[in-house]
Amino acid sequence: MNILVILFPLALGLGLVGLLAFFWCMRTGQFADLEGPGWRALQDDDLPRSPGPSADTAGSQTEIP
Amino acid sequence: MKQDLSVFVRHRDGDVAGMELAVDGIRCAGCMQAIESGLSREADILSARVNLALKRVTVEWREGALRPETVIERLSKLGFKAYPFLPAADRDGASNGEKRLLRCLGVAGFAAMNIMLLSVSVWSGNNSDISPVTRDFFHWLSALLALPTAAYAGRPFFESALRALRAGAVNMDVPITLGVVLALGMSVVETWNHAEHAYFDGAVMLLFFLLIGRYLDELMRRRTRDLAGNLAALKAETATRLSANGETVVVPIAAISRGDLVLVRPGERVSVDGMVESGASDIDQSLVTGETAPISVVSGASVYAGTVNLSGALTVRVAAAGGGTLLDEIDRLMAQAVESRSRYVRLSDRAARLYAPLVHATALATFLGWIAFGLGWQQALIIAITVLIITCPCALGLAIPAVQVVAASALFRQKVMLKEGGALERLAEADTVVFDKTGTLTLPDPALVNAASIAPEVLRMAGSLAAASRHPLARPIALAAGNLPPIEGVREHHGLGLSALCDGAEMRLGSVAFCDAEAAAAPVAAAFPTASLIAWRHGEASAVFAVDQELRPDAEACVQALAALGLRVLILSGDRASAVAPMAARLGIADYKADLRPDEKLSELDRLAAQGCKVLMVGDGLNDAPALAKAHVSISPISATHLAQASADIVFLGDSLAPVASSIRTARQARKLMLENLWFAVLYNAIAVPVAIAGLATPLVAAAAMSGSSLIVTLNALRAARRSGASR
Repeated sequence: MNILVILFPLALGLGLVGLLAFFWCMRTGQFADLEGPGWRALQDDDLPRSPGPSADTAGSQTEIP
Repeated sequence: MKQDLSVFVRHRDGDVAGMELAVDGIRCAGCMQAIESGLSREADILSARVNLALKRVTVEWREGALRPETVIERLSKLGFKAYPFLPAADRDGASNGEKRLLRCLGVAGFAAMNIMLLSVSVWSGNNSDISPVTRDFFHWLSALLALPTAAYAGRPFFESALRALRAGAVNMDVPITLGVVLALGMSVVETWNHAEHAYFDGAVMLLFFLLIGRYLDELMRRRTRDLAGNLAALKAETATRLSANGETVVVPIAAISRGDLVLVRPGERVSVDGMVESGASDIDQSLVTGETAPISVVSGASVYAGTVNLSGALTVRVAAAGGGTLLDEIDRLMAQAVESRSRYVRLSDRAARLYAPLVHATALATFLGWIAFGLGWQQALIIAITVLIITCPCALGLAIPAVQVVAASALFRQKVMLKEGGALERLAEADTVVFDKTGTLTLPDPALVNAASIAPEVLRMAGSLAAASRHPLARPIALAAGNLPPIEGVREHHGLGLSALCDGAEMRLGSVAFCDAEAAAAPVAAAFPTASLIAWRHGEASAVFAVDQELRPDAEACVQALAALGLRVLILSGDRASAVAPMAARLGIADYKADLRPDEKLSELDRLAAQGCKVLMVGDGLNDAPALAKAHVSISPISATHLAQASADIVFLGDSLAPVASSIRTARQARKLMLENLWFAVLYNAIAVPVAIAGLATPLVAAAAMSGSSLIVTLNALRAARRSGASR
C-alpha cells in the first residue's frame, strides 16, 4: 500500500497540469476561433514567396513522377 | 467628402493602434489567407489576423503610420468589403461571465475525475477487503478536493439561489444548492464517523453536469450577440456631422452624440432621431409608420431614424443616437429578459416551481417516516439527504439548455437568429400569425412593376436619366435599366422631376403632369391601382412607369405553409385600405385591417389575446415595435428599423419569408424534445426516488443514475438538429 504515497500525488499532479493547461488556453485566447487555425496549418506562407518559390515548387513537381 | 473613422481605433501600449473589422464575404480558408497575406505585405501594417468563426479581422499598425480609412481601402482592393466594428463596452463584461463559467467547469471537471478515481477504489474495496484506515484516507482526500471545488465552482448556483430566495421565489438553483451543501456536510460527518459511504463524488459530478448546461446556455447567447454585432457593423450607418465652423464630416453613427447637428441631404436615409433645426422637405415615413404617402416637415418637426428625406436638405439636432443602436438594444433587452422574465414563465422555471417543493416534501416525509419506523435520527437524516441528492435536477439542468442550443444552431444555419432561448418555447405555442404589410410581406425597397410593357430602348434612356437622381422613385427605374451611367446636363425640378437635352430634344422624367402624359397614364393607373406613377417624355414619345412595393418572392408559399401548419394568418397594416386589399387577395388572406395607428395595432393584439390566441407578430416598422413587444412572440426581417428588431424575439436575414414557417417547425420540434426530456426526468425520478427512500442509494447508484440520465437527455437533444435538417 506504500505505493499510494507516490501514485496519488502523481495522479493529482497530472490532473492539475491538465487544469493549468486549460486555464492557459483560455487566457491566451486559444478558443477564440475554432475554425481558422485548422486551415491556417495548411497555408504555405512560411515558404519564401514570389520568384524564388516558383522555381522551388517546379522542382518538387518534377521530382514526384 | 472627409471621412472620420477614428472612433473605431483602439490605442494600445507601445504606440500600437488597432481596429476590428467585420468583413463581408469571408467564407473559407482561401479568403483568410488572401486577407492576411495581402495586408501583411503592406509595410506600415504590423499584423492582420482573421477570425474565421466570427468573420472578423483585427488589424494593427504603428500609431500615426496610416489612417483607419486606408485599411478599408486596402481590403476593398483585395476584394473584400469591410466595416469597422466597435467592441461594445458591456461585451467584455458578458465574455467575462462566460470565461468565469468555463473556469468553474474546468475546476469541476478536474475535481470530478480525481474524486471518481478515489471513489471507484473505495467501491471495489468495499466489496473485498479494504481496510477502514485506507477508506478513511481516501474519503478525506476526496473531501480535500470536493470542498474547495464546491466553494468555487458552485458559486454560480449559490448566488442565483440566494437571489431567488431574496426575491421570495424558488428556482431550480434552490434544490441544487440545498442538495450540494447537505450532501457535502453529511459526507464530512460520515467520514468523521468512519462510515462506509461518502457522497463527495455525487455532489461534484452534479456541479459538473449542471455547469455544462449553464455554459451551453451562455454559449448560445454569445453567438447571437456576435452575429448581431457583425450585422450592426455591416449596416455601416453614417451621418454627416456639421461642426461649429461649418465643416461637414461623414462619421459613423457611433460617433454621433446627443446635441450634434447633422446634415441630411435629399435622397438620404435619416440615421438619427432628432428635431429639424432648419430647412424644409418631404419625408417618406413608410419604414416608421407603414404609410407610403410622404409627409412634409419644417423646422421644429421631429424626424426619426429610418425615414427617407425626399426633396430638400435638412439640418437636424440629434436627440438620440449611438445608445439606440441595434447592438445596444439587443444587449439591453437580453439582459432584461434574463432578469425579469415577467412576460412568460419559461418551461424550466415552471418545472422548478413544481419540482422544488415536491422534492423537499419527499425528503422530509422520508426523514419522518424512517423515525416513525424506529430508525435513529442520524440514519433517517442520511437517507433523507440521499433522497435530495438523487433527485437533484441533474438531467433537468441539461434537458432544456441542450435542446435550445442545438435548435438555435439549426436556425443559425437557416439564417435565423434567436435572441433568447425562451423564444423557442413561445414560438412553438403560437397559433395565429399577424403580418405587417409594408417591408414585411413586401420587399423593403419599391421596384418597377410594369417593366414587361415598356420598350427596352425607352427603359434604357429613362434609366440613364433616372440615374442622375437620388429620389426614391427614380432609383427603381435606374435599377431596372441596369444601373447605367447618368447622362450629362440633368436639371432637377423641385417636386416635379428631371429634364435633360438628348438628341436635340428635351427629355423629361417625373410626375405625370410634368411630362404631359395623362392619356398614357390612365391605363397604367387602372392596371396598377396602388402604384406610384412616373412618366417619361422625349419629343413625341412618352411612357409611364409604375413603381410599387413588391411582394417578397415567396410570400404566397409562406402563407400557405403557415396555413398548413394550422396557423391563422392576419394582416394588420398602417397603410391605406386600397393598398392592403389587393395584396391580401393575392395571398388569400381573408382577415386584414388597414389604416391602423400603432396603438390601434396594440388594441387589436389585445383583442386577439383576450380571445385566447397566442399571436406571432411579424413586422419591421417603428410603428410595429410596440406590437412586436406586446405579442406572444415576434419576428423581424433584418431590413427592419432598430427599434423593431430590438423588440422582436427573432430576426431573419435575406429577402425570403420562408424562415417564418421553418422556424416555427424547428421551434415545435424543439418544444417536443424539451417535453420529452422533462418526462424522462420524471420517469427517472419515479424509479430512483423509491430506491433512495428505501435507503438503497449508495454513492455508486447515485453516480450511475446521474451520469446515465444526463447522457440520455443530451443525446435526445441532439435530435433537434438532425430532424429539422432532414425536413429541409
